Amino acid sequence: MDTLLLSRIQFAANISFHILFPTITIALGWVLLFFKLRFNRTGDRKWMDLYLFWVKVFALSFALGVVSGITMSFQFGTNWPGFMEVVGNVAGPLLAYEVLTAFFLEAVFLGIMLFGASRVPGWLHTLATFLVAFGTTMSAFWILVLNSWMHTPVGHEVRDGIVYAVDWWAIIFNPSMPYRLAHMLLASGLTVAFLIAGLSAYRWLRGDRAPEVATGLRFGVALGAVLIPVQILAGDMHGLNTLEHQPAKVAAMEGNWETRGNVPLLLFALPDEETRSNAFEIGIPSMASVILKHDPAGVVPGLNDFVAEDGTVLHPPVSPVFWSFRIMVGIGMLMLVASWAGAWMLWRRGVEGLPKPYLWGLTGMTFAGWGATLAGWYTTEIGRQPWLVHGVLTVKDAVGDIAGGMVLSTLIAYVAVYLALLAAYVGVIFHLARKGGRYDAPVASPGMQPAE
Amino acid sequence: MFDPQALPLIFAALMGVSILLYVVLDGFDLGVGLLFPFAEEAERDRMVASIGPFWDANETWLVLAIGILLVAFPVAHGDILTALYLPVAVMLIGLILRGVAFEFRAKAPLGHKRPWDVAFWAGSLMTALAQGFMLGMYVMGLEWTWAKVAFSLLTAGALAVAYSFIGAAWVILKTDGVLQRKAVDWAKGGIWGMVLGMGAVSVATPLVSARIFDKWFRFPEIVALAPLPLMSGLLVALLWLSLRRLPTANDSFSWFPFAGAVVLMVLGFFGMAYSFYPYIVPEQLTIWEAAAATESLSIILVGTLVVLPMILGYTVLAYVIFRGKATKLSYD
Repeated sequence: MDTLLLSRIQFAANISFHILFPTITIALGWVLLFFKLRFNRTGDRKWMDLYLFWVKVFALSFALGVVSGITMSFQFGTNWPGFMEVVGNVAGPLLAYEVLTAFFLEAVFLGIMLFGASRVPGWLHTLATFLVAFGTTMSAFWILVLNSWMHTPVGHEVRDGIVYAVDWWAIIFNPSMPYRLAHMLLASGLTVAFLIAGLSAYRWLRGDRAPEVATGLRFGVALGAVLIPVQILAGDMHGLNTLEHQPAKVAAMEGNWETRGNVPLLLFALPDEETRSNAFEIGIPSMASVILKHDPAGVVPGLNDFVAEDGTVLHPPVSPVFWSFRIMVGIGMLMLVASWAGAWMLWRRGVEGLPKPYLWGLTGMTFAGWGATLAGWYTTEIGRQPWLVHGVLTVKDAVGDIAGGMVLSTLIAYVAVYLALLAAYVGVIFHLARKGGRYDAPVASPGMQPAE
Repeated sequence: MFDPQALPLIFAALMGVSILLYVVLDGFDLGVGLLFPFAEEAERDRMVASIGPFWDANETWLVLAIGILLVAFPVAHGDILTALYLPVAVMLIGLILRGVAFEFRAKAPLGHKRPWDVAFWAGSLMTALAQGFMLGMYVMGLEWTWAKVAFSLLTAGALAVAYSFIGAAWVILKTDGVLQRKAVDWAKGGIWGMVLGMGAVSVATPLVSARIFDKWFRFPEIVALAPLPLMSGLLVALLWLSLRRLPTANDSFSWFPFAGAVVLMVLGFFGMAYSFYPYIVPEQLTIWEAAAATESLSIILVGTLVVLPMILGYTVLAYVIFRGKATKLSYD
């Protein structure tokens, strides 16, 4: 295999592993703040137990996110030197602001949030919790600004092949940023909703009747039920935005080869780039046109528009984008059914009345958010190919000149470490759930006293 | 807004300060990891407790340093990191192992604690060796020849032992009793790494480059620079004397080995900075040649000037909150 492909696989492996953990910590930080504030207000022990259980998951996820994130910051230089050389004037300040406004804030106050409860006044501990949640969200903001700019670059000019920033306001609020940011923050919320619901269901199934188990279950299902319709709406708007700025990506997502009206929404197909057509199509007539153009006759761009005169393909590989998109939407639909059915049953019958198969189903969906998030990122990132920065820099031109064998050997080492850590992470999360809410410490330490 | 000639200099200084803070701060928590095999299980828990609230923020200085290199000197970033591809990969895997072992050792089922302790030690060792190796390669001008790799292996070992020294000094500061007495012995065993590492770099740097040789041994600079090695030598002697008397009955001077180690590292850092200035890729690329566009550096500097004092402020706050001898870590 050549260095380009190996470097791409290596970066994909690193960033796929990395994103799992911020996806949890971004929303879980706010959820922890919510638990803490509920405890401050009600003085009910179950909120503190929820906080103490989930803060462990947060600490573990945060550590994994930090160390895998450090890897990314080095790989820009080791594998993709062309990226910073060409667009460094834009990417640099955005990354710098992420480090300055987010990383230090999170890292320092995490220490106080985790270990400071008995050393600082209650308000300062709550403030530390807030600052950690705020820091993770700021971090998401800056990195999504940069990522969005790579999809829809504006506010810059190119002089002698190097990108120079002209209008920072335009760069930060680039056309796809608001949609991508909203979509990702909601994805994080849903991931955490199903993580909490799933682990609480697991504890309930094992006979753990501590008060915080039922509360956690209700909280997770309710959060999922509230966020999923918002996410479907945000995702749809994000798709329309992509249609405007990156039509080739949408054509690949829909598996649509010819520009035409009455495009069907394909539920299944095997796109074939050799014959430039789909095999085994099953679709809903005109539905893609309705979704994308709000009109059955609406004209949707096709992939064949993105082939140069000499036959060079300028659109992304079709099958991975087509299928990642379907996996994401499929998991989203499953989340809709699971959370609304659960919310309805909880409303009618309470936690005691939830049927066992449903609880097992929730347990199975503990990490469903990861699946949807990864599939969504594959859709958008593979959908940008062959560009690294859309219309400005191709992936091929940014890759570093490293011996293929060196990239391959480090790739194998990274993947081995990541797989082992992933197994350990999931194992420890369920181990913590089995240990449950058995906390020996009394509610006496000052940090845990209600504010009133 | 800012003087285009001054900006690269300011960013080089900022990056230098970040690297220095990183080496001192992560140096002590890496060192604590390196000392793991010499400690009993309960002692290991206490050693982890002494660095638990800090390690994450300590590591962020590395992200800032590499971030400044990335954003302010993009060309140098590519040159240096592609040349150091392999040691960087070793360091990253080491950082991953040790960062997660921190959490896993406390949360995994009881029988799994020992393997995670081994991972913590191995990760710390990989990180320290890789950083020492990179230091050596940088001094040698980033060229892969047998002699230069051999020198880098020497600095790799020396930096790892030096980290174990500052780690032991931290344990002396943050603990008491048997563990503190053990740490004094560890520090005695590790101080030679400090001397060897600084000595090797000091001797090799002028020999590799005639330019640097001239900078050091030309009159009158040689007189102005003489205090640097003299102070270092004096400090090493004082450190050795203090280690022979520690721990004292009322715990006085338990701060001295750590403070001494920090000052030594600062002296070494200034020596290196003086040698390599104005180059960022040794003898090839100056900081002005490698710098990013003025507009981009300006906008980063504005943010830095606002945010950096805040970062320093709340970092100090964290060290104040967790001052004193380390006790058991708990989330309550």
